[in-house]
Amino acid sequence: MSALTEVAKPAAAAPPAELTYREAINLALAEEMASDPSVVLLGEDVASSGGVFKTNEGLAERYPGRVINTPICENAFTGVALGMALVGMRPVVEIMFSDFLPTAGDQIVNQLPKYRFMSGGQCSVPVTIRSISGATGRFGTQHSATGESWFMGLPGLRVCVAASAGAAYDLLRTAIRTNDPVIFHEHRGLYARKGLVRRGGEPARIGRAAVVREGDDVTIVATLMMVERALGAAEILAREGISAEVIDLRWVRPLDVRTVAASVARTGRLAVVEEQVHAGGWGATLTSELTMAGARWRAAPRAVSLPADVCIPYSPPLEDLVLPSVQRIADAARDMVTA
Amino acid sequence: MSAVTARTVPTEELLRWYRQMVLIRLFEEKAQELFMTGKVQGTTHLCQGQEAVSVGSIAAMGPGDVQTNTYRGHGEALALGMDPAVAFAELMGRVAGCSKGVGGSMHLIDFAKGNIGANAIVGAGIPIALGAAMAFKLRSEPRVALTFFGDGATSIGTFHESLNMAAVWRAPLVLIITNNLYGEYSPLRSTSPLDDLADRASAYDIPGVIIDGQDVSAVHAATADAVERARSGGGPTLLEMKTYRYRGHSRTDPAKYRPEGELERWKERDPIAILAARLVEAGALTAEEREGIWDETRATLDAAAARAELAPYPTLEEAMTLVYADRTA
Repeated sequence: MSALTEVAKPAAAAPPAELTYREAINLALAEEMASDPSVVLLGEDVASSGGVFKTNEGLAERYPGRVINTPICENAFTGVALGMALVGMRPVVEIMFSDFLPTAGDQIVNQLPKYRFMSGGQCSVPVTIRSISGATGRFGTQHSATGESWFMGLPGLRVCVAASAGAAYDLLRTAIRTNDPVIFHEHRGLYARKGLVRRGGEPARIGRAAVVREGDDVTIVATLMMVERALGAAEILAREGISAEVIDLRWVRPLDVRTVAASVARTGRLAVVEEQVHAGGWGATLTSELTMAGARWRAAPRAVSLPADVCIPYSPPLEDLVLPSVQRIADAARDMVTA
Repeated sequence: MSAVTARTVPTEELLRWYRQMVLIRLFEEKAQELFMTGKVQGTTHLCQGQEAVSVGSIAAMGPGDVQTNTYRGHGEALALGMDPAVAFAELMGRVAGCSKGVGGSMHLIDFAKGNIGANAIVGAGIPIALGAAMAFKLRSEPRVALTFFGDGATSIGTFHESLNMAAVWRAPLVLIITNNLYGEYSPLRSTSPLDDLADRASAYDIPGVIIDGQDVSAVHAATADAVERARSGGGPTLLEMKTYRYRGHSRTDPAKYRPEGELERWKERDPIAILAARLVEAGALTAEEREGIWDETRATLDAAAARAELAPYPTLEEAMTLVYADRTA
């Protein structure tokens, strides 16, 4: 079923193919493992039946010994990945739910990002953490976080967020190839979504956001699953004669302030759409950066986020209620334009 | 517990160990002096009394083997051959240091010499060494990773998680507990139900060996066995070196939590004196030669510290190049 079966070598710029987000991730992993024998994948059940979310289908069979099941110990197996990287490997770690990232907190905060620095640049740390993120799965409060902003303030780390099949393919190849540690967030709710993937195309550039819909009246910045909702809101707004520009941020660290600033310079209006609370996240940081850079607001910026003081609930209608909806995004954007 | 293989070590090698142990002892004393005069700031964690553990274990490493150690890692760094002037420069925050002065006393790291880590987080070096070991195994390279950590680290999660993984994977890893009886200020038995931390190996079905950490030959023999076992596919070994740190935990800690007379009793089994007595008895070292080694080493270290102090501090621009390996597009 997966695109993997067709892959021999990374193809030179093939025509775009329609793949699911899951297949795009599988393809990126397969291509990087094919082209670089130092790439290994490790984590809980990564080699068992294609992985818990079937992103790793066929990899263990195709690359024996390089897809490694670990015991349930995120902190130590992420440390194992670091140790592998220090002697020439290029490990990809899978964290089954982003909510488990904090159990590897020492690795993420103190080891991966600081190791090159504290050794005076003697080494590099090409470790990718694939963190399976996000709500909508009815997984309850300890299996639903995106965690996309938890580590955005750490020098030495890069954090990227994949919102579509094409972005996932481009970003994951970049994450694996770069010689610095990257947390790559993939949204579980998007695995079955289809999108165009440019096989063998240029990998994503670090720290570059993507304008995924052009518009003049209002800028909507989103990540992960919120990008498709922002696009849905833009459709509604278009029918009302409001032209919304939608930016898929793609990187939370580094933040592409420049791309957003260029958009805001035209629209003067900004909505940040976050599957997280607003405080302490990329939306707040981005708004602050733009304001400090002298953005001329025609309306006060808006945040469409999770409620400040609630944990993500299991109860299905309630989970739906706390997440930013297409309607809430459209309402926020419209308010700014008609204010 | 497995029996340790008896080994005959050539006298020249024993003399080399002796010089290294004296170097470490005097390096630490100089470091303390530099700290007291403000030339080294922040903190230091010194290892006087533990020299045999560093020297004996590292002598058992082969070419291509690597190790990780801890914030109390000057002994390992020097035993692995770090130039003392480079080490002093690091302690003094100078750009000539091994980590360009941005690391400090807790990060004497030297990849070229197999020293792939000196970590300031307790237990953090253990999974890192395991990762290196697993990379060697994956690539079918006959290389081994060692990891040094204290008795306190046997209470932290990474120790148990790593022993478990290392055992399951039969990793070519040697785990060395430098049991100096105190985890920071707390005596071992107030934080652990065990007197012998080697017993923790049994929970992971790997060999655990108790070693007299004051006897460099015993340290070497046990580590050499563990290294050979690891290299030949026999998996990991947990070594417990019974030793003692003469100074407090860090900085100016007077170590008042230790019972009266304990330090003096341990000093009667000073690792350097034990080896010296053995060399004298074998006719390999005279009293004059012994004095000569101490004097020469002291002079070498004074010169090294003076040289290190001449190096400039790193600039912010230099420091910023050390954060990321790749630039953004």
